[in-house]
Amino acid sequence: MAMTEALSMELVERIGGSVDKVGAEERAAALSKRSIKKDSKLWALDLAVRCIDLTTLEGQDTPGKVRQMASKAIRPDPGDPTIPSVAAVCVYPRLVSVAKEAVKGSSVKVASVATGFPSGQMAADLRVEEIRRAIADGADEIDNVISRGALLAGDEQAIFDEVVVAKEACGDVHLKVIIEAGELATYDRVRRASLIAMAAGADVIKTSTGKISPASTLPFCLVMAEAIRDFQHETGRKVGLKVAGGIRSSKDAIRYLVIVNETLGDDWLDPDMFRIGASSLLNDLLMQIHKQRTGIYADPDRYTQD
Amino acid sequence: MAKWEYSPAPESTDVVDVKSSYDLFIGGTWVAPVSGQYMKTINPATEEVLSDIPVAGEQDVDEAVKAARAASKPWQRLDGSERAKYIFRIARVIQERAREIAVLESMNGGKPIKESRDIDVPLSAAHFFYYAGWADKLQYAFPGMKVKPLGVAAQVIPWNFPLLMLAWKIAPALATGNTVILKPAETTPLTALLFAEICQQIDLPPGVVNIITGAGETGAALVAHPDVNKVAFTGSTEVGRAIQKSIAGSGKRLSLELGGKAANIVFEDAAMDQAIEGVVNGIFFNQGHVCCAGSRLLIQESIAEAFVEKLKRRLGTLRLGDPLDKNTDIGAINSREQLDKIRRLVGIGEQEGAEMYQAPCDIPERGYWFPPTIFTGVSQSHRIAQEEIFGPVLSIMTFRTPEEAVEKANNTPYGLSAGVWTEKGSRILWMADHLKAGVVWANTFNRFDPSSPFGGFKESGFGREGGLHGLEPYVALTP
Repeated sequence: MAMTEALSMELVERIGGSVDKVGAEERAAALSKRSIKKDSKLWALDLAVRCIDLTTLEGQDTPGKVRQMASKAIRPDPGDPTIPSVAAVCVYPRLVSVAKEAVKGSSVKVASVATGFPSGQMAADLRVEEIRRAIADGADEIDNVISRGALLAGDEQAIFDEVVVAKEACGDVHLKVIIEAGELATYDRVRRASLIAMAAGADVIKTSTGKISPASTLPFCLVMAEAIRDFQHETGRKVGLKVAGGIRSSKDAIRYLVIVNETLGDDWLDPDMFRIGASSLLNDLLMQIHKQRTGIYADPDRYTQD
Repeated sequence: MAKWEYSPAPESTDVVDVKSSYDLFIGGTWVAPVSGQYMKTINPATEEVLSDIPVAGEQDVDEAVKAARAASKPWQRLDGSERAKYIFRIARVIQERAREIAVLESMNGGKPIKESRDIDVPLSAAHFFYYAGWADKLQYAFPGMKVKPLGVAAQVIPWNFPLLMLAWKIAPALATGNTVILKPAETTPLTALLFAEICQQIDLPPGVVNIITGAGETGAALVAHPDVNKVAFTGSTEVGRAIQKSIAGSGKRLSLELGGKAANIVFEDAAMDQAIEGVVNGIFFNQGHVCCAGSRLLIQESIAEAFVEKLKRRLGTLRLGDPLDKNTDIGAINSREQLDKIRRLVGIGEQEGAEMYQAPCDIPERGYWFPPTIFTGVSQSHRIAQEEIFGPVLSIMTFRTPEEAVEKANNTPYGLSAGVWTEKGSRILWMADHLKAGVVWANTFNRFDPSSPFGGFKESGFGREGGLHGLEPYVALTP
């Protein structure tokens, strides 16, 4: 019904709602105690691999580093063809063309951060220009940061407008909007920023840049998943979720999947709707998959460090 | 079928050692019942017999009271700090044997292992720790008064929180220098018998704690025994009333913690997802076998439709099944008798014209189960809005103003607990002032702490358990 609804802040007001900190953290903690064993664990580990945005966002990044990471993204375990490729590689705009070339012929997509990542402190015209260039260089997905400063100053409309403009610049290219939950500080504002981003046209909302602490947390994931569920209920549109920053162990990845499963359901258990931005998580997943299949842990050096 | 089915994750039962039959724990030793009678105790999730349990007759009760009386003087004379050591030891052993106790509690009572593991057992240990701390500080609890123990306490507890109710009863009694005879509920005696083992393990002086098992008649004989100084009972209002009658004029002190029909009151400005969780926890925690359960939901009319829709969706994610599975949210109903009662009252709710919704879930073939159930379109005059169902059944009503919410919430013979959900602090305080309930939770529900007193108004009973207030029912005060 509302698929064609004009983008507006009015939608944000209509969905509204607030978050009780104690209750939200309790619920996230309760879900993190789910015990995922045997076949269900193996299934989750495989899904987690498929949902990874393998990421390098450092000043040290070079074409060589990006090519190596892309190769790992395509074949995470060269010795085991049953391990799927990850969803995407995520790089700075300057390295998009290198990444694009490196993943050619595979299912792996190229995601580029943009709009003055990680702070978002960039003039409006430059923000758009950065998105355009990344897309021109071949980016399939844009990870866009919002101006948290504007939001904290109370200018919600500014955030809404900048996401609208970003989506326009993206066209069919997937737009992920990073709300940087850790800088918003309250769950109320995390929910609010999520709703604004979705109402303005985000395809995916994302917890964090990974550059500040706290990055992604289970309660952030829960609160954002609840916002996505409420948005879908109101508009019929399904928005994706990406958690990023500090997710290093299989155990953590499974906890995020449990929250997504029990808040959003089946449709989100898919790389099209859920992503995990991470760099070191992948090898732990490979190790746990091996353990789950054979009962023994392999030598960490069996897994390539790219 | 769901994409991602969680594999079974059962807690192992290897840690528990259930004997094929038990004796009574009297005077620090195990004695066969003079009555010669035994009853079977089962696992309500499988209907499998776990053990034979003695049924204490009048003579057995008399032996137990004698043992408690004999132990009373030396126990009273013991310095408070020495009594505290015993109680601390009990607390520590409960922690050490936590897994064993939790598994046994879930096997015998049907509650999900995540609850016995995360709530019943740790809270029980916390109660003993807390009251151990009071044992040598009683003069500070009641400044200017001389504090004396009452003597021998007869304690009768229910089946919904077998170990936790035991802790609520025994911990303050021992701290204040009383000796006790405790009778666990007919259907859930096993953790109380394990507790008797713990008393032996920590070398508690013989007779200070006596555990006798049996059904209603055993309890009746115990509270009626002439040499008992104090009666403490948690259970139904009906039985509480009978006890009060039977001991009237005897000079025995009495505390009663009885039924409830608590209202969870949700205002339109509440944080909705957390309020949903609170409502779910309020009524489905321990299958609704909770005297302070939020069995009535009062919801502001402006958000009622959206809230109920969300609630129904949430019910669909509750996992009902094997209580020992670590992912189980809803366990088994405690007994056939209780299941019949729930079914009867739910049937009445349907006849009265309320609209029923049950979460879609697979019910195991064996054992006693009831799916999470909500009724909408309920009026104050419906029986399901008035009577305690003591099961996973929620009656939903609406209100328009805070005054109306208070009026409806208080319009019940009970007054044990209430919940208020709003983002407005001043409204919470106003509501707490006007609600006639022993406990009012704000933006949370079913939260317990040993330092916080718990107890009811009206037909929910009298006397407080927990906190400094929880000492008072076990002491005689003179200026």
